[in-house]
Amino acid sequence: MSNEIKAHVRVSNQRPTFWRAVSAIVRKDLASERRSRELFSAMAMFALLVILIFNFALEMDAGTRASVTSGVLWVTFSFAGTLGLNRSMAVEKDRGCLDGLLLAPVDRSVIYFGKAIGNLLFMFVVEAFVLPIYTIFYNINVFHPGLILVIILGSIGYVALGTMLAAMVVQARTRDILLPIILFPVMLPLIIAAVKASSAFLQGLDMEFIWPSLNILISFDLIFIGLSYMLFDFVVEE
Amino acid sequence: MIKVHKLVKRFGLKPVLRGLDFEVKKGEFVGLIGPNGAGKTTFLRILSSLSRPSLGMVKVAGFHLPAQAAAVRNSLGVLSHQPLLYGDLTAEENLQFYGRLYGVTNLDSRISEVLDLVGLSARRRDLVRTYSRGMQQRLSIGRAVIHDPQLLLLDEPYTGLDQDAGAMLDTILKSVTSQGRTVVMTSHDLVRISDLASRFDVLSRGKIAASTQREDIPQDGLLGFYRHAIESKQESTKLEAANVK
Amino acid sequence: MEAKPRKLRVLDGVSIVLLIIATGMVFFYAPMEREMGNVQRVFYFHVAAGWVGMIGFLSAVVAGIAYLRTGNRKWDIIGMAGIEVGLVFFLINIVSGSIWAKPTWNTWWRWDPRLVTATIMELIYFAYLMLRQGIEDPDRRARFGAIYAILGSVSVPFTFLSIRIWRTIHPVVIGTNSPDAEGSFNMETKMLQTLIFGVITFSFIASSLIWHRVRLGKLQDKIEGLRMKVMS
Repeated sequence: MSNEIKAHVRVSNQRPTFWRAVSAIVRKDLASERRSRELFSAMAMFALLVILIFNFALEMDAGTRASVTSGVLWVTFSFAGTLGLNRSMAVEKDRGCLDGLLLAPVDRSVIYFGKAIGNLLFMFVVEAFVLPIYTIFYNINVFHPGLILVIILGSIGYVALGTMLAAMVVQARTRDILLPIILFPVMLPLIIAAVKASSAFLQGLDMEFIWPSLNILISFDLIFIGLSYMLFDFVVEE
Repeated sequence: MIKVHKLVKRFGLKPVLRGLDFEVKKGEFVGLIGPNGAGKTTFLRILSSLSRPSLGMVKVAGFHLPAQAAAVRNSLGVLSHQPLLYGDLTAEENLQFYGRLYGVTNLDSRISEVLDLVGLSARRRDLVRTYSRGMQQRLSIGRAVIHDPQLLLLDEPYTGLDQDAGAMLDTILKSVTSQGRTVVMTSHDLVRISDLASRFDVLSRGKIAASTQREDIPQDGLLGFYRHAIESKQESTKLEAANVK
Repeated sequence: MEAKPRKLRVLDGVSIVLLIIATGMVFFYAPMEREMGNVQRVFYFHVAAGWVGMIGFLSAVVAGIAYLRTGNRKWDIIGMAGIEVGLVFFLINIVSGSIWAKPTWNTWWRWDPRLVTATIMELIYFAYLMLRQGIEDPDRRARFGAIYAILGSVSVPFTFLSIRIWRTIHPVVIGTNSPDAEGSFNMETKMLQTLIFGVITFSFIASSLIWHRVRLGKLQDKIEGLRMKVMS
């Protein structure tokens, strides 16, 4: 059809570039979250509760705290993370919005990276909320640059694999219970390595003890980003 | 605009479309009618590149599916019975998001224009969550035409709408489709569809059972034509089955 | 319905005979280990079962890749068969290991890299089955199964590595540093022969079971196909 029939604005469109489309998805998720604060309040509240429960479950006196801090932090992050992953994908599925994304003239990996980057930002916000609270509650300074690095690396891997699995889970009948079950067995090495690297940093160990864990984190991140990039098509296409 | 040859779609082993042939010329408005479970939604999902054909040739807007899906998507607007809108965003933000995904230039003026078209300019800054079903469906039309597609696929757009909302949707659809767009629409509301479409195809048991131009509709009207097509189809399948035995 | 293929019958027979011989070898041919005594005899089937468990998993991964490339349902059935058979044999592996560990290490369980990795693999098998159970559309079920098998197979080596590193950072957890230190032994020729024979036997049993499972899957498909025909 021609544009001369149109009385008003000439509409022209050219397929957006990869990152432009990714940023459209991220901005959409952020705008939606800014308004509802659904994800943040759920994740933050949950994280807070986990920390409180740990306090009583582990009788965290000064001695124990030093040794279990990194474990408590990572359990908190990964449990709160599943809430976020599940919700952010469910939003796409519920009103058929995932179809809307799939109808757009963009590569499928755009959807993956858009959702993953959004999830990563939410993870960071929750982590930034948990760390000071942990510091105040337990009087342990967790603002160690090494720890921050581990948290960043760990969150990237967590979200890379988690977004992929969450996209599968929302298409299942049993989606409310399925995500943790299929997520944690494959996420375990990341969590182990992150806990080890974090506690090594907090204990001030030499880098020679920390590098092995960091290497695992970095290679986990890269490999699962690559795999998800290759496999995401099969998750969303029928 | 659309050319489909011997299309087969199976879910697992279950065949839904069984060797369907279908053709739409530029500017046609085809009403696709058929009983529940005939495969209307599946067929539209294949045309809209959301679902891959199991066998057969599908060509939309001059491109093959699924090989050239991205090119097809560019010239395609889809309206389904789900609104495909985000409840926590305003009407404006929803359109903005989809506009960006399609790379629409002049996006702001295009959004205003589309909102005018669907009569939602006054509520452009309200959350979609607060909209009624009818308003959501209108906004959904706006979403579907934001990039000015040549081809519109409408899947049961009247589902869940009351009389007024339905009439309003009618008006909007008429204006949207009067601009030379090609349209394929499914509906089981024969009254509504008979008002809009220029050609009627009956989909039954995974095949096009009959097809007629608007002016060729027989004496007993669209309903009679539809019933006749379904019955003859059933008889012929019975015959086929008997032959197999 | 087609009869059981002849080759499969032969394979079944061979598997049973081999199993009888292997059991005999374990109890009568292989010499008694000096320190651990009879409980060491669990070792032969323990290793063999673990081997088969790995093969099952690997075949599921290969079948998964093949399915994603071709979309042929045959591969989905093979992948599923690999996982189911692997699940059973890995369970045998873990339980038999536990039986051996109790008298040898004086505990049923140890946080050793191999033990944990084996258990995580078993959990991934279960998760795979639960994922499939939750999905109705057969094509989607096959696709997601394939993807999960691939992701799982990449994650498992990471698990092994990360636990091993954990050990090197915390050298003193229980007893000595090396997990093999307690309960290791020198293998005599007859022991090695029994082990190799056991592995071969279990490979036969597993391939026979996988074959049966694949055949079952194909028959299920056939029934489904006939049902469709009758209904339409």
